[in-house]
Amino acid sequence: MAANTMVRSFLQVAATEEVAPPLRVVQIEGLVILKIIKHCKEFAPALVTGQLLGLDVGSVLEVTNCFPFPIREEDEEIEADGANYQLEMMRCLREVNVDNNTVGWYQSAVCFKHRYQSTLLGSFQTVELIETFMNYQENIRRCVCIIYDPLKSNQGVLALKALKLSDSFMELYRSNNFTGEKLREKNLSWVDIFEEIPIKVSNSALISAFMTELEADTPVIQCDYDRLQLSTSPFLERNMEFLIECMDDLSMEQQKFQYYYRNVSRQQAQQQAWLQKRRTENMGRKAAGEELLPEEDPSNPIFKPLPEPSRLDSFLITNQISNYCNQINGVAGQSFSRLYLTKALHEN
Amino acid sequence: MAVTERTVLQFSPTLTAKVHPLVIFNICDCYVRRPDQTERVIGTLLGSVLPDGTVDIRNSYAVPHSEFSEQVALDIDYHHNMLISQQKVNPKEVIVGWYSTGLGVTGSSVLIHDFYSGEVPNPIHLTVDTGFSNGEGTVKAYVSSNLSLSHGEQQQAGGRQAGDRQLPLAAQFQEIPLDLRMVEAERVGFDILKTTMTDKLPTDLEGMEASMERLLALIDDVYKYVDSVDEGRVAPDNNVGRFLWDAVESLPKLSPAVFDKLVNDSLQDNMLLLYLSSITRTQLTLAEKLNTAAQVL
Repeated sequence: MAANTMVRSFLQVAATEEVAPPLRVVQIEGLVILKIIKHCKEFAPALVTGQLLGLDVGSVLEVTNCFPFPIREEDEEIEADGANYQLEMMRCLREVNVDNNTVGWYQSAVCFKHRYQSTLLGSFQTVELIETFMNYQENIRRCVCIIYDPLKSNQGVLALKALKLSDSFMELYRSNNFTGEKLREKNLSWVDIFEEIPIKVSNSALISAFMTELEADTPVIQCDYDRLQLSTSPFLERNMEFLIECMDDLSMEQQKFQYYYRNVSRQQAQQQAWLQKRRTENMGRKAAGEELLPEEDPSNPIFKPLPEPSRLDSFLITNQISNYCNQINGVAGQSFSRLYLTKALHEN
Repeated sequence: MAVTERTVLQFSPTLTAKVHPLVIFNICDCYVRRPDQTERVIGTLLGSVLPDGTVDIRNSYAVPHSEFSEQVALDIDYHHNMLISQQKVNPKEVIVGWYSTGLGVTGSSVLIHDFYSGEVPNPIHLTVDTGFSNGEGTVKAYVSSNLSLSHGEQQQAGGRQAGDRQLPLAAQFQEIPLDLRMVEAERVGFDILKTTMTDKLPTDLEGMEASMERLLALIDDVYKYVDSVDEGRVAPDNNVGRFLWDAVESLPKLSPAVFDKLVNDSLQDNMLLLYLSSITRTQLTLAEKLNTAAQVL
């Protein structure tokens, strides 16, 4: 039996694991975008979620369809209903040849903070998002979350983002260990938690033919009206409000750290003092010829290591703040152009 | 016994329908994904009836069906299941009609229309011509009315009074005006939805640039029009003139000093915000460094 190096046995092929190429781009269909926009807009400002269906091909994640989830009440019985609904929808869609493969989920950019205030405008980086990611990641190899901001889109910008948790962060989260040394080890900072993936939009030839036909003939379209609006102050005001709140949260977290460090240094001072006392005692005993006492005493409470507060919250808050800053930058930039435009108009 | 026979052709009152672009997208997607044996796709239309009487078609889903010669079989269970699922998300959307791809109304459509008439009193039938048979994609909406001969029978006392009996002869599909304004599609941007593949979503500034270019083109057009009217090349139109007058008048009448102050104030406010956000980001980087770099000795 000649061993042919070109032909591998089935066992060999099954044994070699395929290395998945890193996800480089998310390809969404126009249909999915319209569906997401419709769903988020109808229920704004409430939080809405839905499931994304599609295919995972190489370094491209194709999203070909989606369906919305009903608003979930805080009731245990409804949990089973939710799962049933999902199964039912997947089954029905499968009958009409829609891709039956879950590739992620979408949500509108809203989150409910613990103070019963709904913070809008893009503060979606919460622990719940991370947990949902981890849940999905257990079953699907690659999943992505699409965030749509209906309020920002009223400014004339398509506020659609595709997010993914970075791998290093996921490992860290699984071990649930967010101490300083671990983070330094992995060289992980708050920017590394979420990765934003560029979005490509694809449409079938049929629909592009239809759209070309049905395109409005007017030279100015709706989103021009939105973009050239001069009054942006309500949007900016709300952004600033949320920014200030987040800074408050951040400073609270900082204080927690300071408190921890102070405690640790105080504990260390206590340990040193105790050690000194032991040493002098031991010297006295040696002189008297008695047994030496051990230099460590694990039962003494001052040797108990203090738990270091987790840095996850501060990271998330930092992410939110930077998000707000980015938004402010964007809107301010647009306002500049608009103001110069009005100035030029008036000079004429 | 006098029997009067009157032939009455009854027409239903004219409705208008408004279709959202999502519905067209859905239909095309279902058509592309149809199983190979079927020629056309049939499905349900969901939406609501607006207070002024127009039917607002907002969503749709395909229903598997099979047709042979003049017989059509529709998967009614599937239709009901999907309806229940959709209503869990959006209870306000109800059935308003059904759609099929292909130009014109065929014989088998009547049967399906009858079925949908059982669900909703006056269903709308939407046809989307995916085959582009006329060289263009036509989207039409129809309402059907039964053409019937009505008998009026009057009998003398002693007999029972029979009411009008109507024997339906045929169903007439009457086209109704369709409003295909694509406000949401405009919001997303036709460029994204038209081409088969875009490389990336446009950023804020690119969008701004596009809007300003369009505005500039409009102003150029207006200039040309005014010039040509001035030179006598084009007959002046009072309506257009009035619109132009309104537009020019809508500019606020402020003295240059006041206007400049306004603009400069807004500019300064924006600069302040930019400065604030830059400071915040610097603060964040610093805090980050301090937090993780601090070591417990």
